[in-house]
Amino acid sequence: MKTTNTKTTSADVSGHEGEQWLYTEKVKDHFFNPRNIFRCEKDAVKYEKKADGIGQVGSPACGDVMKMYIKVNKKNNTIRECKWRTFGCASAIASTSVLSEMVIGMKLEDCKKLTPQDIVKALGGLPARKIHCSVLGDQALRTAIDDYEKRKEKLK
Amino acid sequence: MNTTKKEIYLDHASTTYVRPEVVQAMLPFFEQKFGNPSSLHHLGLEAKSAVDDSRNKIASILNCKSSEIIFTRGGTESINLAIKGVASLKGKGHIITSTIEHPAVLNTCAWLEKKGFSVTYLEVDDDGLILIKELEKAIRNDTILISIMYANNEIGTIEPIEEIGKIAKKHKVLFHTDACQAAGALELDVNKLGVDLMTINGSKIYGPKGMGLLYKHNNVKLEPLIHGGGQEAGLRSGTENVAGIVGLATALELAQKEKDKENKRLVELREYLIKNTLKKIFKSFLNGHPTKRLPNNVNISFLDVEGESIMLYLNEYGVYVSTGSACSSQKLQISHVLNAIGLKHDAAHGSIRFTLGKKTTKSDIDYVLKVLPSIIDSLRKISPVKMKMSEIREKKYVHNVIKSKSLSFVEASSLSGKLDQSRNVAVATGSSLREDRASEVFVKDFEGIMHI
Repeated sequence: MKTTNTKTTSADVSGHEGEQWLYTEKVKDHFFNPRNIFRCEKDAVKYEKKADGIGQVGSPACGDVMKMYIKVNKKNNTIRECKWRTFGCASAIASTSVLSEMVIGMKLEDCKKLTPQDIVKALGGLPARKIHCSVLGDQALRTAIDDYEKRKEKLK
Repeated sequence: MNTTKKEIYLDHASTTYVRPEVVQAMLPFFEQKFGNPSSLHHLGLEAKSAVDDSRNKIASILNCKSSEIIFTRGGTESINLAIKGVASLKGKGHIITSTIEHPAVLNTCAWLEKKGFSVTYLEVDDDGLILIKELEKAIRNDTILISIMYANNEIGTIEPIEEIGKIAKKHKVLFHTDACQAAGALELDVNKLGVDLMTINGSKIYGPKGMGLLYKHNNVKLEPLIHGGGQEAGLRSGTENVAGIVGLATALELAQKEKDKENKRLVELREYLIKNTLKKIFKSFLNGHPTKRLPNNVNISFLDVEGESIMLYLNEYGVYVSTGSACSSQKLQISHVLNAIGLKHDAAHGSIRFTLGKKTTKSDIDYVLKVLPSIIDSLRKISPVKMKMSEIREKKYVHNVIKSKSLSFVEASSLSGKLDQSRNVAVATGSSLREDRASEVFVKDFEGIMHI
């Protein structure tokens, strides 16, 4: 039981922000037909060991968790394979999916330069309040690349 | 993604369609009987008599005097009139409400706090029932109003209104209840309920939107929110929405007449949906009280997945539901109700509210049961989160509730969350596993909690 006097607003009520949140066809496509995903839990567990780099960001409490797995073509330092898992709303799922397509064949240094805006653009736009979902995608990718580079350092 | 032509509306707690009888009753008041009830000519008197008839009908359902019914432009307005109306007349004082009220109550109270009033937000247990022992403790010398909802809009839990009414009477404190969700299904006799003020609206009972009423006992004095021509005994100025008033009265009358039969039908469908969902989909659990709940409400959380995603998938299949998870500009927010029943944010994100209605059939529910497992399955397949059923509630919350309720051991261990899974199995199989297994299996958890 909490009793408050004047100053604090103790009731946590989320209100209407009054903005439109229609998804583009591209978002819907990636949400309903996500690319580069694991077929089943077993595959994911196996891939966990085979991946060259893994990065996870976010927390379920905040609403979004993104995990990216990359395999790297060591000859030219490009991403050979990119798999992912995402907990979150449709735009979080779609933005990870579209990102996984964008980065295949891309140089690691170019991957690091990707911004949330690049992801939003690839999706043909996102409702304003959903932009934060995509912010995590580039971070997850960067974390996976960092992981790969750290592992490489260790091998030297 | 294959879309079907099916459209299954399971969002009746958001709003209902207007039933044809109500539309028929309203129609004459748009073009033919369009008079202003304040006019003294024939057309005015005709409109006035329609308003009077409607008021009388409603008064007989509520078992009150006609003069105790104030027509408003909706549930939110009635709530504002009740709470601000009492508060501004008293000028200062203390209000008691609960943490699971509709935003219309919570935000009105929050606004009054800014104006110098103090407010106690009573907490609820894991089923969403207010901690009634805390209510009496919360009453102070300067308490001017208790406002507790009749039934919760998200999790369907029905609050002990009669009990609250008795406590309010004993301490001579005014009692308002928001009955918007209850009006279509539950007892509305204000004397039995012991309420001084009660809010009802049209849009949840197959009546018109933008139409509500406030029951106000004749002894209660209110300050109006809206000033003008002095309609509704000076408490709600503005030319009456005659068609809306007739529609509201018709809708309420029909709902109350049909409620016994319809409740029975809905409870059967509700239980069918709950049992089969929990059986077919692992790591899912029911929110709200298992029996003290609205006949049409099913609120289920699915672990490891997020509600908006589930909702959009269902939407693609033509099934319309609500979620307790909503994107705000910075992060995903969970509903204040799921938060109040102690759910961790992680567990609350995957909650879906199905609210059944008059046209819902068993085959609709079967369709949901057919598509839902594969939706959850495909979302779980791409989810990196793996939660445990034993970790769905905040420990701090469990601790508080145990202390404040002085719970028995069995009750306490059920709160620890460890029992939630067995309880859902119990619901699904119809057994009373909840009580049986508790003492043996969960001793350690209970001790752990008590020593936080």
